[in-house]
Amino acid sequence: MAAGILALGAPRVPALGGALVAGALAALIMGTLAAVAWQAQGLAALGPWDWRAVRFTLWQAALSAALSAVLAIPVARALARRRFPGRGALVTLLGAPFILPVIVAIMGLIAVFGRNGVINETLRAAGLPEFSVYGWQGVILAHVFFNLPLSVRLILQGWQAIPAERFRLADSLGFGPADTARHLERPMLRAVLPGVWLAVFLVCLTSFTVALALGGGPSATTVELAIYQAFRFDFDLGRAAALGLVQIGLSLAAMGLARRIAIPAAFGAGLQAARGPAGPRGWRVAADAMAIALAAVFLLWPVLAVTAAGLPALPALPPEVWQAALRSVLMALASALLALALGLTLALAIARGRGGWIEAAGMLPIVASPLVLGTGLFILLRGWVATDMLALPLTVLINAIMALPFGLRALIPAARTLQADFGRLADSLDLRGPARLRLLVLPRLAPQLGFSGGLAAALGMGDLGVITLFATDSPTLPLKLYQLMGSYRMAEASACAVLLMAISFALFWLFDRGGRLA
Amino acid sequence: MMRHLIPLALLAATPAVAQEKPVLTVYAGESVASEWGPGPKIEEGFEAFCACDLRFVTGDILPRLLMEGAATEADIVFGLNTDVTARARASGLFAPHGQDVSGLSLPIAWDDPIFLPYNWGETAFVYDETRLENPPTSFAGLLDAPDDLKIVIQDPRSSVSGLALLLWVKAAFGDAAPEAWARLAPKVLTVTKGWSESYGMFTEGEADMVLSYTTSPAYHIAAENDTTKHAAIFPEGQYFMAELAGQIASTDQPLLAQAFMDWILTPGFQEVIPLANWSLPAKLPQEQWPQVMRDLPRPEKTLFLSETEAQSLRDEALDEWLRAFSR
Repeated sequence: MAAGILALGAPRVPALGGALVAGALAALIMGTLAAVAWQAQGLAALGPWDWRAVRFTLWQAALSAALSAVLAIPVARALARRRFPGRGALVTLLGAPFILPVIVAIMGLIAVFGRNGVINETLRAAGLPEFSVYGWQGVILAHVFFNLPLSVRLILQGWQAIPAERFRLADSLGFGPADTARHLERPMLRAVLPGVWLAVFLVCLTSFTVALALGGGPSATTVELAIYQAFRFDFDLGRAAALGLVQIGLSLAAMGLARRIAIPAAFGAGLQAARGPAGPRGWRVAADAMAIALAAVFLLWPVLAVTAAGLPALPALPPEVWQAALRSVLMALASALLALALGLTLALAIARGRGGWIEAAGMLPIVASPLVLGTGLFILLRGWVATDMLALPLTVLINAIMALPFGLRALIPAARTLQADFGRLADSLDLRGPARLRLLVLPRLAPQLGFSGGLAAALGMGDLGVITLFATDSPTLPLKLYQLMGSYRMAEASACAVLLMAISFALFWLFDRGGRLA
Repeated sequence: MMRHLIPLALLAATPAVAQEKPVLTVYAGESVASEWGPGPKIEEGFEAFCACDLRFVTGDILPRLLMEGAATEADIVFGLNTDVTARARASGLFAPHGQDVSGLSLPIAWDDPIFLPYNWGETAFVYDETRLENPPTSFAGLLDAPDDLKIVIQDPRSSVSGLALLLWVKAAFGDAAPEAWARLAPKVLTVTKGWSESYGMFTEGEADMVLSYTTSPAYHIAAENDTTKHAAIFPEGQYFMAELAGQIASTDQPLLAQAFMDWILTPGFQEVIPLANWSLPAKLPQEQWPQVMRDLPRPEKTLFLSETEAQSLRDEALDEWLRAFSR
């Protein structure tokens, strides 16, 4: 609604492309759900254990999201107002956990926080009680580990979106840190934080492997696991569809809530903040350094632990693994391009008009159960085409769609700012179509596009996707990792994990760096 | 450049289909068809005499098959587990295997006319003697062990070995199963989605024991020269698990499918199983097993619930299991 106010001056060009993409997304997600329900001849009632799963899912997601958002504030502020050598590299590195394949991240967390991990070794040596990573606390820890990077990035972008002129003005007015916080930073946080919380909440809503590996038992059952159970254990598609619907209902409610809370900040137009404000001196320098150091240790240690464990066996990996790696890279690139095209179309449409439903459709994939999506597509496509041939193209498509909401979180605010600041000017110059894209949109949105493309590529790399249902004889790298683990080859599996992680990270870095340099 | 990469990626999705030979499509579990499983050797062995192309299609085979129904492309389904056959059978998709199943090297009687076992083993808790010096010597001993003995198990809702544990406890303790679970639950470090994650945690040293198979130590001995891993053998018995093959009644390659079923119990196939699948062959005299398998301690007692028992008990057993963990 606020976007509508900002875009008042813009002509009401029907954002046809955006509406089309959003409509297709909603049709795909709701259509696959309907297909599953149709196959089952209706929805089935949920049992008491299902409702327990819903409750657990809700509170762990809410808590994980709140912790990730709150903890990200000091880190993002420190990164926004301090300049030091290697800062750019650190910002990229801190993004690592978000794009880690889940199974790799769990290996890393166990290496650090597990019973034999460094933390507990130290606690034992000091005669202190041990910390157990197995239980709801482990689930929360893992979710914060995964999502703190996303939160930091989104909040950091919020900070950097405050025009440098405002900070200079604040300086010349003699603002202290408290005044800057009240007049500039808090309005920005008020605008950004609900979206951050929402994004993390939605990610944690569909959590599956994390809860299962670190949850310590069935009391940490999530809705997604209940869906999996309905498929695999009971073959009860009606219950699976009902649970899928509950999951989507919860997320729509959360989106509505976050929209109500968010109040957009309007700082007006300014030159791009090439250089952020100089941070306050004194004890705050040490506090900022501390925030950055703690985040770096927390986020990077598990990554290093996995690397150290897997590196020795890397040269011994058989050629099939490298083939799978190449196949996965190509698929990840295709996913990224697709996600970028879809994301940009949606973001521009949302920035131009009211677009409330378009934005909701764009966020929908985050909560669509991959299992329901895959099964629904399978039901819909079976009989029309040879499903085996579709395994990889569909994995590309679904990975692109799954990555879309994250890219949108970065793209939408930037596209809105662009529209508010330059939309009228561009319109008055009759700058339209490809020229507008080339001269205005792409250069101004390059950092966010790079970030979104990188996310899509990396997430597409690590995701097992729908491939297990569709079955294929062209395995991807994550599938190879599972096959190695499934044949007792744990050392090679950790080497495979390092390879997977390195490629995901390299892809993200290439896109992100490319976008920021552009 | 990207414009050239996308068709390339799509090309990678297209299996090489330069064949005039008939194709036998075999739906198989994920671990079967990888180069580290028995799949490649089975494919090679069969193609040596069938004048056909054996194609493994891996993935979630049973859900997929049930959804496809009679329209399935599968000719053979390979790798179904003993505890889920009731549902597979009820689908009516399978044709009799037509094999003589007398003289199988199984510890239980087998007279199923539809599903043919090709390998077997038993569930067991595996430990590392260097980390667990006094392993429990019975299931009751495991229940009585101090709670700081930590085990990892698999979720029965997502894993066949997890489901087997549920039935194992039911078969060993009967009506006392809820109490057994109540005593076991505090020792459960965590419950994983599948066997792989559990076993990885065990080899990382996170847990003292892992729910696995009696044959697991053979891998460490044969492939890693590591003799420190053992399966705890319990006098209450270990729970029997076998992997099964079945032929699809609506197959368009009935002769090939039958030829494949005919081949399964022959030595040429069975000899592949022990060291590629790390399980025991369904029909091979013990003298012909690899030394490492012959040397493994064998349980005195094998527990097994028939598919009708398994099917009727599983919901109740699952409920008991869930209750034990939600106190």
